[in-house]
Amino acid sequence: MIARLARVPWGPVVMVAALFVPALGSRFYTFVATDVVIMGLFAVSLNLLIGYTGLVSFGHAAYFGIGAYTTGILMKKLGVPFVLAFPAAGLGAGLAALVFGFFCVRLTKIYFAMLTLAFAQIVWAICFKWNDVTGGEQGMPEIPYPALDWMQRLPFFGDFRASDHFYLVTVVLVALCFWVLRRIVGSPFGRLLTTIRENPERAEFIGVSVRRYELIAFVIAGIFAGLAGGLFGIFNRGVFPDFAYWTKSSEVLIMTLLGGMGSFWGPAVGALVLLVLNQQITSYTEYWPFVLGTVLIVILFAFPGGIVGALAAGVTRLRMRHA
Amino acid sequence: MVSSGALPDPSFLFAQALSGLTAAMFLFLIAAGLSLIFGVLRVLNFSHGSFYMLGAYLAYQVVQWAATTPGRFWWATIGAALGIAALGGVVERLLLRHLYAKEELYQLLFTYALVLILGDVAKKLWGTGQLSVSRPPGLTGAVELFGTRLPYYNLFILLLGPAIALAFWIVLHRTRTGRFIRAAALDREMLGALGVNVTGLYTGVFVIGSFLAGLGGALVTPVKTIVPGMDVEIIVEAFIVVVIGGLGSFWGTFLGSIVYGQVLSFGILIFPRFSIFSVFALMAMMLIVRPWGLLGRPLR
Repeated sequence: MIARLARVPWGPVVMVAALFVPALGSRFYTFVATDVVIMGLFAVSLNLLIGYTGLVSFGHAAYFGIGAYTTGILMKKLGVPFVLAFPAAGLGAGLAALVFGFFCVRLTKIYFAMLTLAFAQIVWAICFKWNDVTGGEQGMPEIPYPALDWMQRLPFFGDFRASDHFYLVTVVLVALCFWVLRRIVGSPFGRLLTTIRENPERAEFIGVSVRRYELIAFVIAGIFAGLAGGLFGIFNRGVFPDFAYWTKSSEVLIMTLLGGMGSFWGPAVGALVLLVLNQQITSYTEYWPFVLGTVLIVILFAFPGGIVGALAAGVTRLRMRHA
Repeated sequence: MVSSGALPDPSFLFAQALSGLTAAMFLFLIAAGLSLIFGVLRVLNFSHGSFYMLGAYLAYQVVQWAATTPGRFWWATIGAALGIAALGGVVERLLLRHLYAKEELYQLLFTYALVLILGDVAKKLWGTGQLSVSRPPGLTGAVELFGTRLPYYNLFILLLGPAIALAFWIVLHRTRTGRFIRAAALDREMLGALGVNVTGLYTGVFVIGSFLAGLGGALVTPVKTIVPGMDVEIIVEAFIVVVIGGLGSFWGTFLGSIVYGQVLSFGILIFPRFSIFSVFALMAMMLIVRPWGLLGRPLR
């Protein structure tokens, strides 16, 4: 039974199921689902660095923010259609990741974390102060929805609201991103990243240019964080400097840890649990950070493998009992 | 931009330098503890800023309670510093200690969890409004210095900073405990093998670091309003300072504070809108060129 359950391709199944959330007819469910899907992509992109390559970035929000501002500025100020503005988010964030990453991968451990933090704070400071382009402290509200009128002609999905249509586009795009990321981590390149995480010196000995691979991983993670940011700005109906602030970086770190860094889908599960928990808890207490901090401590001490790690351990134990 | 041609008034520059220096001394108090804890425990303590904030709130609270007692500000300062030191001890003993064997990420996230929790505890206890403490009697006036008004309290801070630095240096370099602390920073296993109680030493260092954070928080109350969010703001500044000076380096932290204070206070004159940008750029540049900072040593 359990073995059969484990063989179900859960990723595609969940993504297809996600397409039917708007059919529930609740604006609120669609809202939460959009948030979860986008943040899930953001968290999975971070895990390419932390879980797969062993690089702890404390400034991943920089690329999320750059992506959000790129799409936002293009769509709001220049009237560029979404079809171009969305990939531009990945391009912009990827370029920034290439420049910043070039310096970051030269450092190790705590210094790497500090430099990623410093770069992210630079991005934040620019967004915060460059009023003419980014809207400064006030941010940039009223990012338009992409033109999705054609979706009204679709059978079944046609009658939904504009936010539902954007959600459907988001699910499809994020599913594509997940598919690409999955291919990347499953490729020989992905295996090499794991080798680097396990033992950088040994990887260097067998002829792997550790820095170059780390930089490529950094850029890929930046691109997908940027794409998530581009979607998030539209979903959020506005782009704000907070997107690049260090607390945002720690938020996505917590999602990654909560879900489990040891698996591909772990961080997405973390995003789901954290955001749903947030919705539930903020409805009866304003002290969400307190709850989040407590959850974090429990995870750190009791379930260092996160939710997916704990589930996997549970499944293994059950299997052992049945064997 | 500075007005074209004419140099700014020298007394104005002096005032600017002094204000930068005062800010630097406050930052030094915070960053010294952060740097000490990192140097010995190898833990980057995000919650250091929260300890600072709680120190400020605690000082405010004691001042309120001791409404008429003479010297209440000083009692409050000592009380807050000791209270935060005790809190630090409890946190290290009960929780942090169990994470030393794990990856750095876990320790980092643990201290971040404390930031979240303590921030809300402060909000619950003291609300979200702005609180302030008046300057202690005797230090309310100001002294005229080269055409600049320098409040006595700022002068006191300018003298206290170096005094604490010196006291700290004496403890580190002239006492037995100080020798152990420096040894632990270099090679904790060797120190343990020589029969020194490293576990106790760690607690001690965390307590001293927390004490400094609480002290800084209490002393800052007469010049800054106490608000939620001051924890997150200060910790980033303290990170910049220790990176510039060198993580774990004592005099580096002192120097880093002064550099930071001056860059911020003159950066405002040169790029009024980008002074915050300039300090982060300085931090990034330092990490690229000399990750171990001005006076630090490369980590092994």
